[in-house]
Amino acid sequence: MASKIKSSVIDPLIDTNPITLQVLGVCSALAVTTNMMAAVIMSVALTTVIAFSGLFISSIRKHIPSSIRIIVQMTIIASLVIIVDQILKAYAYEASKQLSVFVGLIITNCIVLGRAEAFAMKNPPLLSFFDGIGNGLGYSLILLIVAFFRELFGTGKLFGHQIIPVATEGGWYIPNGLMLLPPSAFFVIGLLIWAIRSWKKEQVEKPDYQIHQVHRTEAM
Amino acid sequence: MTEDNKKLGLIASILALPNDSPKKTIIVAFLLCLVCSILVSTVAVGLKSKQIANKELDIKKNILTITGLLPENGDIEAAFEQFEVKVVDLESGTYADIDPATFDQQQASKDPAQSIELTSQQDIASISRRAKLATIHLLKEDDIVQQVILPIHGYGLWSTMYGFIALEGDFNTIKGLQFYAHAETPGLGGEIDNPKWRQQWQGKKVFDQEGTLKIAVIRGHVDYKMTDAEHKVDGLSGATITAVGVSNLVKYWLGDHGFGPYLKNMRTAAEK
Repeated sequence: MASKIKSSVIDPLIDTNPITLQVLGVCSALAVTTNMMAAVIMSVALTTVIAFSGLFISSIRKHIPSSIRIIVQMTIIASLVIIVDQILKAYAYEASKQLSVFVGLIITNCIVLGRAEAFAMKNPPLLSFFDGIGNGLGYSLILLIVAFFRELFGTGKLFGHQIIPVATEGGWYIPNGLMLLPPSAFFVIGLLIWAIRSWKKEQVEKPDYQIHQVHRTEAM
Repeated sequence: MTEDNKKLGLIASILALPNDSPKKTIIVAFLLCLVCSILVSTVAVGLKSKQIANKELDIKKNILTITGLLPENGDIEAAFEQFEVKVVDLESGTYADIDPATFDQQQASKDPAQSIELTSQQDIASISRRAKLATIHLLKEDDIVQQVILPIHGYGLWSTMYGFIALEGDFNTIKGLQFYAHAETPGLGGEIDNPKWRQQWQGKKVFDQEGTLKIAVIRGHVDYKMTDAEHKVDGLSGATITAVGVSNLVKYWLGDHGFGPYLKNMRTAAEK
């Protein structure tokens, strides 16, 4: 059991990472990675939601009628998201203003529903909880890496503190505005996937089909 | 059988039903909704007072920022004490005899009894209804008004932008402008929050010598050789509609249907 828990937390970090291997939850990875602070809060919010939704769904999994199971999962996830959103509004107002709709959009984050349907419905509560923590952390790791590059090269700052002196304030660095726009998150995530798959070859997918080589003689 | 055992028997019999029977489906759905709604409403109600306090604090912080009085130590409540809060009757341009603490302008603008409907010609800021009264903040020194902070709002590209504009004691020179709530595109329309852009407003004149409303956001950069440069603010590249929205809402709120009459009264009083 202990080793199962350990692997359910460690594996999603790199080996089965929800963003880079499963390519889920990319939407919010584009939206909230312009600065580190937003990425940290989003990570915490998502990890909390995914862990507790796993716990609750798993604990009633034997009594969920299969005809309404997706609705049941969504109801639990949505309630958790609203609770997290309300707590943020009460205790981290500035951050919640910045994240605006994206906290609410955790409801539609494929990682959460994906883990609920694929894991929590078939495994005991505690294991599902840790599976949620693991996947949340895997998501957070990518989010933080992307936000690190975007904030550093987009504004020369990290967590709002100036790291590289920018040209407009007398330094030498001209911020790359593209880093603050959504496409740059795609580039960073793409590069990350490339790096991880070069390192861990087993993540490379087999091509769906191979183009048949036609010899000149055959065509004739 | 005791009462408790009967109850247990009922729950057990429900749990024992096959998962896909219609009866169990309905019971599970109902119970789940009940539990979730109780949880959500408990949290929402429990945290409401804290959230409202946060919002109010944020508005106070915004007012202090545009007036340049935001304290270093962060004691916003204490710094806010120096403002005098008044309610203005927009049509006559005089102070209304109402306790500002009881008046909520945003609420009032939705209430037909407390607001007026705007004709499409008047409604350049696309707000459709306007409260008859408005809450303003005054900063006084020896009973002379140094700054006046007016609430403004209007439609941009995606959202209604809510903010404040601060005028100096001559009721003409702009001290600052800031939006505290909007949902414009980050990086484009969202640049209305950019301190550099906001700084341009400082020192601009709303009215010309004759008292005509002149302030406007233009496209591109302001040519400082022109005589009317003191009434013009640079547009935002890539955010034309947001910039036009800001221009319109400032024109509306400082114009005849907004705070125009009040500002005129105050200017005449100040000249005397």
